[in-house]
Amino acid sequence: MKDPFINRKYVIMALIVLATLGLLVRLFIIQVVKSSYRLSADNNVLRYITQYPARGLIYDRNGKLIVFNQAAYDLMVVPTQVSNIDTTGFCDLLGISTDLFRKQLRIAINYSRRAPSVFLKQVSNETYAKFQEKMFLYPGFYVQPRTLRKYSKPVAAHILGYVSEVDDGVIKKNPYYKPGDYIGKSGIEESYEKDLRGRRGVKIFLVDVFSRIKGSYEKGKLDTLAVQGSNIVSGIDLDLQEYGELLMKNKRGSVVAIEPKSGEVLALISSPDYDPALLVGRVRSENFAKLLGDSILQPLFNRALMASYPPGSTFKPINGLIGLQEGVITPQTLFECHRGYLFVACHAHPSPLSIVGAIGNSCNAYFCQTYRRVLENPAYNTIADAYVKWKSYLNEFGFGSKLGTDFVNELSGFIPSTEYFDKYYGKNRWKALTVISMAIGQGEVGATPLQMANMTAAIANRGYFYTPHIVKSVGAGHTIDERFTTKHQIDIDTANFEQIVLGMEQAVTSGTAAGVKLKDIIICGKTGTAQNPHGANHSVFIAFAPKDNPKIAIAVFVENAGFGATYAAPVASLMIEKYIKGEISNKALEKRILELNLEGKISEAER
Amino acid sequence: MKRSVNIWNGIDKISIVLFLLLVALGWINIYAAVFNEDHPGLLDFSQRYGKQFIWIIASLILAVFIVIIDNRFYFFFSWFIYGTCMLLLVLVVIFGKEINGARSWFEFGGISLQPSELAKFGTALALASYLNTRRQDLTRLSAMIPASAIILFPAFLIMLQPDTGSAIVYFSLFIVLFREGMSPYIFVSGLLMIVLFFLTLLTNILYLTIASIIIAVILVWLTTRKWKLVLFGTGIFLLIAGTIYLLDHYIIKSIGNELVIFISLILSGAAYAFYIYNKRAASVLIIYIFLLGSIIFVNAFDYAFNNILPKHQKDRVNTLLGFKTDLHGTGYNVNQSIISIGSGGFAGKGFLQGTQTKFKFVPKQSSDFIFCTVGEEWGFMGSGIVIGIYLFLLLRLVTLAERQRSVFARIYGYCVASIFFTHIFLNIGMAIGLIPVIGIPLPFLSYGGSSLWGFTILLFIFLRLDASRTEYLV
Repeated sequence: MKDPFINRKYVIMALIVLATLGLLVRLFIIQVVKSSYRLSADNNVLRYITQYPARGLIYDRNGKLIVFNQAAYDLMVVPTQVSNIDTTGFCDLLGISTDLFRKQLRIAINYSRRAPSVFLKQVSNETYAKFQEKMFLYPGFYVQPRTLRKYSKPVAAHILGYVSEVDDGVIKKNPYYKPGDYIGKSGIEESYEKDLRGRRGVKIFLVDVFSRIKGSYEKGKLDTLAVQGSNIVSGIDLDLQEYGELLMKNKRGSVVAIEPKSGEVLALISSPDYDPALLVGRVRSENFAKLLGDSILQPLFNRALMASYPPGSTFKPINGLIGLQEGVITPQTLFECHRGYLFVACHAHPSPLSIVGAIGNSCNAYFCQTYRRVLENPAYNTIADAYVKWKSYLNEFGFGSKLGTDFVNELSGFIPSTEYFDKYYGKNRWKALTVISMAIGQGEVGATPLQMANMTAAIANRGYFYTPHIVKSVGAGHTIDERFTTKHQIDIDTANFEQIVLGMEQAVTSGTAAGVKLKDIIICGKTGTAQNPHGANHSVFIAFAPKDNPKIAIAVFVENAGFGATYAAPVASLMIEKYIKGEISNKALEKRILELNLEGKISEAER
Repeated sequence: MKRSVNIWNGIDKISIVLFLLLVALGWINIYAAVFNEDHPGLLDFSQRYGKQFIWIIASLILAVFIVIIDNRFYFFFSWFIYGTCMLLLVLVVIFGKEINGARSWFEFGGISLQPSELAKFGTALALASYLNTRRQDLTRLSAMIPASAIILFPAFLIMLQPDTGSAIVYFSLFIVLFREGMSPYIFVSGLLMIVLFFLTLLTNILYLTIASIIIAVILVWLTTRKWKLVLFGTGIFLLIAGTIYLLDHYIIKSIGNELVIFISLILSGAAYAFYIYNKRAASVLIIYIFLLGSIIFVNAFDYAFNNILPKHQKDRVNTLLGFKTDLHGTGYNVNQSIISIGSGGFAGKGFLQGTQTKFKFVPKQSSDFIFCTVGEEWGFMGSGIVIGIYLFLLLRLVTLAERQRSVFARIYGYCVASIFFTHIFLNIGMAIGLIPVIGIPLPFLSYGGSSLWGFTILLFIFLRLDASRTEYLV
């Protein structure tokens, strides 16, 4: 029998072949043409766990630990992998509300469904231990170990700075940082960020559908090890720093102490300050807002570097030096003082005086006349030319520009230029007498406490200084930036410095600061009372000790306190004794300063 | 007239080699899919690969038995076997063990049995027997109805479980009816409906309608080769359509574009009717009816899909077609499956190296989604080879079927080919996201005793029949 439908086998075969071709085409597209699936598969199973290096430790100059690390654990979430979890159990385990759970998950989803984001920051060790056991119940969640800063003493906040999470701006500028990373902000943490942070590593793990780690990927061949951050030895003397902060409590002001031989900052105090531990961990943002919002005390404001004060009479030594160097006065030059010079008043003291006595007694008349001679020096054609010369000396001391320390934020201070006066008074319309207030450190001149301490160090060294720096050495190699080992020689003869040093010695032995002299350490100092247009005068004192082979140079500013001899000088004297001898002989003086509370004056000044 | 033949000489070795190859590939891939480092032994019977080995041995024994039995047994007992299968399908709905909301399995002790897998060969035997004994003429309704009933009855019983995937497979037996004389219009309509089903979901139905009309016009020209007729017809249609469109645009303003086209088609069809009647232009009439039918189907389906279908089923279809991405719900399986296969690339990640497979991202990977393992670990090359083996097997089966002297054997052979074809196409199509998720196994590769035995029985009965084809003299 002939089959009438035999040709239909071709239709059926064609159907089979076409369908098969369809499958092959689709397979070719997804397997060979598109490469995105490979990535999706990798994202499914590869879990990149960042190995955060421990941040470098910070020591003081005597090897005492100031900043170290404590372990903390961030709970991370990968939203796509979260499925069918017992929310209530999860929240109980972590001790959070279901509302917070939903909120955090939403934030994570908004950031990325596939990439891990921080779900809960810095969970406690106990929570971490509990969660670790039950992690398999909660796919999509895992724990990322991190370290947090810890401080051995609640001091030196302004020096150390703090660490906080990077913001979008930083991430955009610097590809090293990823969301959730920490970065140093202000202080040593910021300026030595690169040394302290170390290098991040990554471990790649394979995870299964329940996010359980199944082992390392490619036997760890692609993993990178985290490199621990370098440790830093700072120039700080922790005991001195702590003592200084204690003395400055309830006062507004700043103290900077420098080792003259090296330029290392021994102590740097800006009061009011705060406990650096406040800016660590989960409480950070809340506390930071509080500190930032305190417009009366401004605890975050680092006065030592960011406040520009008129130096007042502490400026006299430098004017004396310039006068001697320029030859307009000699050590034998005497000026009479009749309770002042022209319109600048002076207090009662013996008269006439030479340069030593003038510094010892802080004679305004002497320095006004010296300054006038400097500016009206016939060696220069104009007063402006003489002024430029005078200013160049100041610049040599580091005034009027940033010192170039290892602090990120530093004010330049202000030494007016001739252009400034030309603009203010008109060209050739100003004379020595017009700007005479700068002779005694008033008027337009402004300097930071750090600049004043640096000047003091230069005087202590009789003519040179090293750029002040807070860090003594970095890492195992004890390296230090070259700019801190470069000697800055000042173009003034050592003999002239000796005159000034004698004057400063007299100030403490029998002059304006006689109240703070020590029995066995010769302090050379200079008091100052900086006029403050906003309120009561600032009490200023600069000093170094001992006279020969000085170990410490210090500048103290106590705001709104009045005479330099009364408040700033005792603080300096106590700190010098503390640093050199380790103990205090004049307990009464110490008690007076500790009990001194100028908070009332501060708020008065604010009003 | 009959004569005795040596079975071993007559049996098709090529098919047996392909069968053994597929079973072995299946075993290897199941091993990879459920690989457990604590139980690395291939013959560890606590693991699925160990169990699959038992199923394979059992199926080989089964195959030997099937081949030993006299070929006439299958012919004479075909209705008895069909009846038994139907009884089992009824019983499983009542006594079966409920798994995932469906009663598809019997459980005796530790052994599970899925009657819908066995009912396939029963149905194939019954269909072959029915069409053979009476020499039925499938061009007539009197034969089409009983034949359809034989096919649809088990499908209906399986829908009661419910197991849509297995039920759909039975519809593939209409391919056999087509081969044996069923009207090509029914066959083409069926295929067309499937194609339109997807196109409706994928594209705008207005474009689909216009495309259909253009295809119809081209077809009319191809069959009649009369320029004037085509131009005249198109002209009338455009004239009517333009008039109604303008009327609607300026006056009535309530008829949609689809309706404008539909009405114009009917009106221009009426104008055409005279010509068709006069010239006895049946082909034109058929094309016209198909066109009209398609447009009605598309619109009705579109309406039903958007207004009648329950939301979760709509989601499933939408997810499949990529209109919606829901990676946790309906789309999870398909998405992970495509990722697995797609990540295999050209050469694959290598045996036991598939990360998707190893870490169980695809549910049911050893059974319904076994192709993921093939795709991920063996890449496009491996998948291509597997598909190639299947293609070879299917074409071999069709060739074998065509060389039968007995109608019974030929029809049975086509049944086997059709069922295999449907399983292969739907299973792989599902794994690579071509069609919605339909849970049916991939012949010989998927894990599971029932399905392996079902496919073995299907294949070997045919090979047995083929081995003794020369017993029948034409």
